[in-house]
Amino acid sequence: MTKYWISGEKSVDITEAEDNNVVHLSVDDKNIAVSGGQTILEAVQRMPGIGDIPALCYHPAVRPYGACRLCTVEVSEDGGKSFRFVAACLYPARDGIIVRTNTEKVRKLRKGIIELLLARCPSAKVVQELAKEYGVEKPRFALGDNNCILCGLCVRACQEIIGKSAISLVNRGIYKEVAAPFYAYELGEECIGCGDCAFVCPTGAITMGANGKPTLPKVKIPYAEIGAMMSKEKLSASQG
Amino acid sequence: MIEQVKKLLDKKLKNVEELEQLRRSILDSRDASRTTVSVCGGTGCRASGAEAVVEAFAEEIEKRELQVTIEFRETGCHGFCERGPVVVIGPKKIFYQRVKPEDVSEIITETVLKGNIITRLLYTDPATSEEITYESDVPFYKRQTRLILGANGEIDPTDIEQYIAAGGYSALSKALFQLNPEKIVNEITRAGLRGRGGGGFPTGRKWQSCRAAEGDIKYVLCNADEGDPGAYQDRSILEGNPHSVIEGMIIGAYAIGAQQGYIYVRNEYPLAVEHARLAIEQAMDYGLLGENILGSGFNFKITINKGGGAFVCGESSALIASLEGKIGEPKAKYVHMSEKGLWDRPSLLNNVKTWANVPLIINKGADWYSKIGTAGSKGTMIFSLVGKINNSGLVEVPMGITLREMIYDIGGGIPGGKKFKAVQTGGPSGGCIPEELLDTHVDFDELTKLGSMMGSGGMIVMDEDNCMVDVARYFIEFLKGESCGKCIPCREGLAKMSDILSRITHGEGKPEDLDTMMDLAEILNTGALCALGRTAANPVLSTIKYFKDEYMAHINERKCPPGVCRELITYSIDSEKCTGCGVCARACSTKAISGNKREPHVINQGMCIKCGVCYDSCKFGAVIKQ
Repeated sequence: MTKYWISGEKSVDITEAEDNNVVHLSVDDKNIAVSGGQTILEAVQRMPGIGDIPALCYHPAVRPYGACRLCTVEVSEDGGKSFRFVAACLYPARDGIIVRTNTEKVRKLRKGIIELLLARCPSAKVVQELAKEYGVEKPRFALGDNNCILCGLCVRACQEIIGKSAISLVNRGIYKEVAAPFYAYELGEECIGCGDCAFVCPTGAITMGANGKPTLPKVKIPYAEIGAMMSKEKLSASQG
Repeated sequence: MIEQVKKLLDKKLKNVEELEQLRRSILDSRDASRTTVSVCGGTGCRASGAEAVVEAFAEEIEKRELQVTIEFRETGCHGFCERGPVVVIGPKKIFYQRVKPEDVSEIITETVLKGNIITRLLYTDPATSEEITYESDVPFYKRQTRLILGANGEIDPTDIEQYIAAGGYSALSKALFQLNPEKIVNEITRAGLRGRGGGGFPTGRKWQSCRAAEGDIKYVLCNADEGDPGAYQDRSILEGNPHSVIEGMIIGAYAIGAQQGYIYVRNEYPLAVEHARLAIEQAMDYGLLGENILGSGFNFKITINKGGGAFVCGESSALIASLEGKIGEPKAKYVHMSEKGLWDRPSLLNNVKTWANVPLIINKGADWYSKIGTAGSKGTMIFSLVGKINNSGLVEVPMGITLREMIYDIGGGIPGGKKFKAVQTGGPSGGCIPEELLDTHVDFDELTKLGSMMGSGGMIVMDEDNCMVDVARYFIEFLKGESCGKCIPCREGLAKMSDILSRITHGEGKPEDLDTMMDLAEILNTGALCALGRTAANPVLSTIKYFKDEYMAHINERKCPPGVCRELITYSIDSEKCTGCGVCARACSTKAISGNKREPHVINQGMCIKCGVCYDSCKFGAVIKQ
């Protein structure tokens, strides 16, 4: 008879699975039983004795996205023979898997991601706190002055909860940013001013303005300049 | 009356017998005495002027009323792009290269009508200086096994009847009437076919899981979003033999129970889009696509979807997001796409080359197919051999051939007597393989072991003049620009890596840079969301592994040994060799070179922009690049 931890309660002996949908898995050497259909991150939340898994792009109210990669854990599907890195916010808590949430490799990866985040957003409080916890002092890279980590929570909240899609992630790579339609400097009619985006923002990059509409992080490149900038970059690259 | 006309115009094949009848009647109507003239109309040859050659042939044939004597076709890519435009004259396959419109009249008079060879247009083997008359004797073709590309040079891709005459759609009729879906999947599994898009996932297993997946609606997808710099084999297949891909897709759809297929193709491949569209239309007309295919009761349609230009959309989950009309960002694939893919339905996504292999396997059988290649990788692979190589072009070889055979025997070695330095395989996320590993047998597993990959089959050859740090910088820069920006390791990590590499090539490298890049590489490899990010560090890791001294020269001595990185080189004039002719001074755009006539000149370093024009213009080798 195996002792299982059930969310929020003490360990109990499960002799018979009453719920057909229950899955059993091992997380940090503890056997846990949770109802199926959850992700690892959802399954281990509130589990006593399992450390917090950091996650910046996760919010229970919206669908998981897997962008920040901070919730990366090691998972084995073959009884511990081989492990691979997966995002806990997306990986389904399947029967029989072995999860390690806090190994040296996992901490090293998180530390590296936090260093990159701190370089991008040196003044974001939540990033500073994580940096402290993971022992990142000063990033080895040039510092930015952005507060937006591009977790996409604001965009997903506006789309999934409010159903408005008044803001979106635009461009790709390092040019990606949160912007209003057509790169307008201010949000127009499509925004109902509910403030959901500001509420879910983990870094405080979005605040509610005096006009009742959120103020988005300042866009780096107004739309008209992008083309010119790209060609300038290409030019310097071809000369370089 | 109208009914009768309609019936005559209706080309729809209602059963296998009608398909075979059509095939026989096309073959019977062919006159063996006619000479075939095939001009390569692939994008490579078009770039060197094939369209004008095609036009000249058409005009000349009309003018001389030779329509009966000559069977003229504009075909797909023959592969030997270096020597384009290529003209092959059947039935003996006389191989003419670099043909110009003004040669056409002579070709018709001499070769087609009289059977004389025009030696001026023959290919000369640079190794032996021997003039080669027939296509099969050209070393470039001799060492190849052109199972997939072979038909490219034979058929006009805009005419379905030529594909049918060449045995086309016989695999489909075999699959529909002699095999069942289960047997088809078994055949693909036993053949040992692996995904040609780069990952090398066993195709049979993918088909099996998609077949077993629950759901009434399933999709079959073709990935033709080929984006690797220097790779163009998917384009050439879709341009030159689109029906082979379509036939493969129909068989796949029948095997898994799908009724709808999509071809996701780059919009930057206009000819491939056009030929695929024509092929689908014709297959619909002939009843090979659409409802009740060949009277089997099986329905299947294919729609073309043009990509918007993002490299990352070649990644399977981003491709699906793009097909769904969403932002082309990858998603986690913890639930396989064969279970939940396009619109959350089971989806079977294969690369163009993988699909093109399917009819071959069904026709000739898994036993035959699995004899080609190595233990772990079966069949042939098409590589695009480009860069510093004599015979650039598309090369189809059995898996397991060595890199050396590919580069020296087929590729004809490095031009200008330069020394080979490295070969970059697998596209931007691949690695650079040095000379000492040239005897590696190329297959999925061996290339991965070397820190590179098969990828889509790109193969860029580099010689002693290439700076490996600069090469790494180029590829990281490319990937940085093509990263979708969703996950932090890829978006931020590649940007930082690119900053560091750019600093090193500008002579501002620091000793700790290599360690920092190794750390970033590990974050990318373990933390990134999709394969683009996870393999993105390969160019850096492989160049550090095999060419570390070059990095050290850049960082410690501020020198670029091959003389590529502008900030790290200086041009000077050897006063003993300089004759004072003044050519360099006149060529210099910044007037940095001065000196009296017939006296050694000097370069003012402060004014020199290091463009290298003096180096290139000096006939006496007096300009020194350091």
